[in-house]
Formats: sequence, C-alpha cells, structure tokens
Amino acid sequence: MEKIKCKNCTKDIENEIFILNLWVCPYCNYHHYINARDRLQITVDSNSFIELGKNINSDDFLNFYDVKSYSVRLKETKLKTSLDEAVIIGEAKIEGNDVALGVMDFGFIGGSMGSVVGEKIKILSNYCIEKNIPLVIFCASGGARMQEGVISLMQMAKTVSSVNRVKESKIPYITIITNPTSGGVSASFATVADIIIAEPDALFCFAGPRVVKQTIKKNLPPDFGTSERNLKNGQVDMIVNRNELRSTLTNLLKLFKE
Amino acid sequence: MDLKKLEEIPKSYFKEILGALSKLEKLKKIPFFTGIHFKDAERDLAQKIESYKKVERDAKRAWKIVELSRNENRPQCLDYINGIFEDFVKLSGDRLTGEDRSIVAGLGKINGKTVAVIGHNKGKDIKQRLEYNFGMSIPQGYRKSQRIMRLADRFGFPIVTLIDTPGAYPALEAEDDGQASAIAKSILLMFEVKVPIIAILIGEGGSGGALALAVGNEVAMLENSTYSVISPEGCAAILWKNPSGTKLAARELRLTSRDMLRLKVIDRIIPEPIGGAQNAPGRMVKIVKKYIIGALERFASIPGEELKSGRARKFESMGFFSTE
Repeated sequence: MEKIKCKNCTKDIENEIFILNLWVCPYCNYHHYINARDRLQITVDSNSFIELGKNINSDDFLNFYDVKSYSVRLKETKLKTSLDEAVIIGEAKIEGNDVALGVMDFGFIGGSMGSVVGEKIKILSNYCIEKNIPLVIFCASGGARMQEGVISLMQMAKTVSSVNRVKESKIPYITIITNPTSGGVSASFATVADIIIAEPDALFCFAGPRVVKQTIKKNLPPDFGTSERNLKNGQVDMIVNRNELRSTLTNLLKLFKE
Repeated sequence: MDLKKLEEIPKSYFKEILGALSKLEKLKKIPFFTGIHFKDAERDLAQKIESYKKVERDAKRAWKIVELSRNENRPQCLDYINGIFEDFVKLSGDRLTGEDRSIVAGLGKINGKTVAVIGHNKGKDIKQRLEYNFGMSIPQGYRKSQRIMRLADRFGFPIVTLIDTPGAYPALEAEDDGQASAIAKSILLMFEVKVPIIAILIGEGGSGGALALAVGNEVAMLENSTYSVISPEGCAAILWKNPSGTKLAARELRLTSRDMLRLKVIDRIIPEPIGGAQNAPGRMVKIVKKYIIGALERFASIPGEELKSGRARKFESMGFFSTE
C-alpha cells in the first residue's frame, strides 16, 4: 500500500484513505494541495461540468526570458500538469444548483494570473450574467504572472471590472480562499466577493511571509496569514472544512435563491 | 573568436556561449575536419554574442530609467499639488481606524474648477521619507483615497491621481488590517464613480499599490517614470534567485513609458525636460499642469455613465493571448 507523509503532523497516511478524505490528513485535519480537476470532481454534481473558454492560450508576447523562456515554461507546465492554464472555468451544478464556476490551480506556474486567467474570469463573469446564475471561484494563486510584465498587473483591474458587472447585476458572488491566495489575486477579484470562505490552512495575504519578514526584520507570528488569523481580523466570513464545502455552498446558493 | 568579448556578456547567457565555443574548438581538432573552415559556425556565434550584448545594453538603458524614476530630486506629489492646484485643502483619515501619510488627498482648483487630488508622496530627505513611509501605503491610505473618491463622485468633481510608490507597505499590521481587500476595493471603486479619473504616473509605479490609484479614463506617464508588476529587485530575487539579475529583470519586465504606450497600458507619455524632471522641476510641474488642464477638457462633456463604462471597456480589453 502506497503511503503519503502528512506535511503537518508527518504521520504516514495510506494513499487511498488520503484521497477518500479529500486530500486532508485524517489525523491532524491539515488540508493538503488539491489540483483543479480533483477539486471539480469533489465539488460539483457528477457529469454536470461543462468547460468554457478552452480555446484561449497564453502567448509569450514579451519574449520574456529569465533562466528559461516563458514559452518553454508554459509548454513544460502544460505537460506536467495536464492543464491549459492556471484556472478552469465552466458551468456546473452543485446539489442541483446552477453555478458559473472557476477553479484555480497553484500547480500551474504558481496559479499566477496572466492574460488568460484574466480573460477567463471575464468570460465566466459574462456567462453568469447572461445565464443569471451565481458566480463561484476557488482561488489559489501566488499573484500576478511576472512573465507577462505589467499586462499581468492590468489583469487585476480587468477581473475586478468583470466581477463588478456581476455584482451590479445582483448576482451572488462567492469566493473560496484555498492555499495559498496572495498578491495580485488576493488584491483583486478574490476579495471583492459578496461572501468569502476560507479553507483551513490557507495562506491568505497580500505580501508573502518572506517579504513581510524582510521588511519588519522580526520573526512573524506563527499564524501569519492563516485562515484563523484572517477570520479574527475580519477578512473572511467563515472557515469551512473541505468535506463540508459542498453543503455550505449549497446552503448559501439556496439562501440567495429565496 | 575573441574570447575577451565574453566578459561583456550577461552572466546568465555565459554558459550557453561557452558551451558552443568549446564544441567548435573540439570540432576543429578532429582530423577529418582539419582544413575545413568554420566560417558559418563562427559567424553564428558572433551574431549570438552581438544579440546578447544588445540585451545587456537594453538592460542598462532600462535600469537607467528605473534610477531616474527613483531620483529624489524629481518633483513629487506635493510639489505638483503646490504648483498646480489653487486653494488646495488637504483632507485626512479613513474615518475607520487611522491616517496614512503616504497618500496625500484633498480638494483644490485648477482652471477655475474644483477637483479631487490623490497621490503618493515619498518625501525627499530621510526625515521626510520616514514621515511618508517612502510612499508605501497601508490600508488606511487606500481607504482614505476611497473616501475622497466617493466625495468627488457625489459632487461631480473630476479626480486627478499622482502615482509614485515602490508598492504597498508589506508589514504585519497592514496585512492584519486587510491590505489585499483595501487595494481591491480601491480598484473596484474606480469602476463605479461617474466622474473623470485622470491618472498620472510621476515616478515609480509599483505594482498593486500603484494600480490602486491608476484606473483612469486616461492614464499618462512621465517619460522617465516606470510601471511594473514587481520591482526589478523583487523579480530577480524570485526568478533569477540572485540580485545579479536585477538589471536584466528591468529589461524583461518592459517597465518604461515607451513600453507602456506600445502595450496600450497608458494613453500618453508626458515629455520631461532634457536629462529628466530632476533637472528642471519647476518646468516639469508646468508641463504636468498643462497636461491636466487639457485632459480635464477632453472629458468635461462626456456623461458620467459613459465615463464609467469607458473605464470598464478599456481595462477589460487588456491582455494578450491566442485563440485557436
């Protein structure tokens, strides 16, 4: 039997149990990374997901080269993750409730937001307005995608404007903060939602712990950026365990339906 | 092949060229190839070196602009406010928890009309820099800016923003007070107001902290100012994992005003006096004043709804991608 070591309590977990427990440690409840496809599977009604915006691909329009070129980085990441980009969007049902759903994946260049993520959030926003169905986005991102320079910064404005039109259409907008959500995503569409839910153990901040530590030249409190600290500081509405997310979302969607 | 040339090549490309060179040298030693000229290979290599040297020249040029944009003798937000707006009244506080001095806000008159002015001020000497926290803002600053923007919106005053910040202040208290949501709400509000917003990047346009004031109907940039998703230093630390990549990062990020115009992120470049704004601060202020008067006139007769939807259209069309 294959085993996995919990990142938090370091106990060995049998792979099968780990997956059945939704990538959460059965001993310490530590919420581990879950990829976007698996997230979809555990969140939506089976066979209800219809993907949108599949034909949009990133472009190395700056010919960005650090230690490797952006175009090579994109190709490698696509192969490694079997994803097209850092977000999957589409229509789905959650316990029979229609939603426009976006799921980000930290595994795709740190879940960074470039032109494609921005465009997909815009497409999803337009779609939910057209269909008059709630907008739900699972966030996971290190921030803006540096390889697209200032254009990635502009995606913050682009996504905020898109979800603003959703809000103006009186359509409920819910975000779920998963580990980690920071930088350009935390300072744009993630935090302007009507309801913000955090998963346990999700780092949620603007500046990451390393940068903050460098600035204040002191050790950070151990709970820096955690869901618990964010709840205490009034930055999120609630913390919900992964195995209760589906029912919490269902309940909220029903409340908005009247 | 002149090996001395190699010293001028940026370090990250060094390996690649050295590899190609040694392959060539090895090839020459194989008896079968002796006597055969390697002109093509040598020319290719020389071309490669030339193009790498161009990369380095560009990097130096970009870095020079980064340094100019940070020059402490450049006119700052308060210089523009004092030199441009009559009867300026400074307004303070976010009415929630505090006052952030790194953002200066208030009402003043230009060309006989009242406008709201909001900008980052960095300070010039070390005492001032500490007072203004080097132009790095905290949530209280962004929320003050939102308060003044709402005020301007209610009374129909156009909004002029002057952007000059290394970025939002990365501190524990700022994080605890909701830095991310403060910036996001500032961006959101700029898609809601129905008055013209004229955004001018006067120095450093650092990341989300800059964008929080920069969602303008018209966005202009002083010739030697910069606009970037991350500082070259920060970018080098993450991608090159080494500060030696800083100048190269300055090039790769494409952060100059010319790049911004080409990428259609800004609408206009405001020319600076020869050598940079620091050489003639008074003249720079006058040029900016003229620009603001012109910009306000351009938007004066446009209805509020159109100003609002125009901003949404403009920013929602930004991005480069391919569609199959």
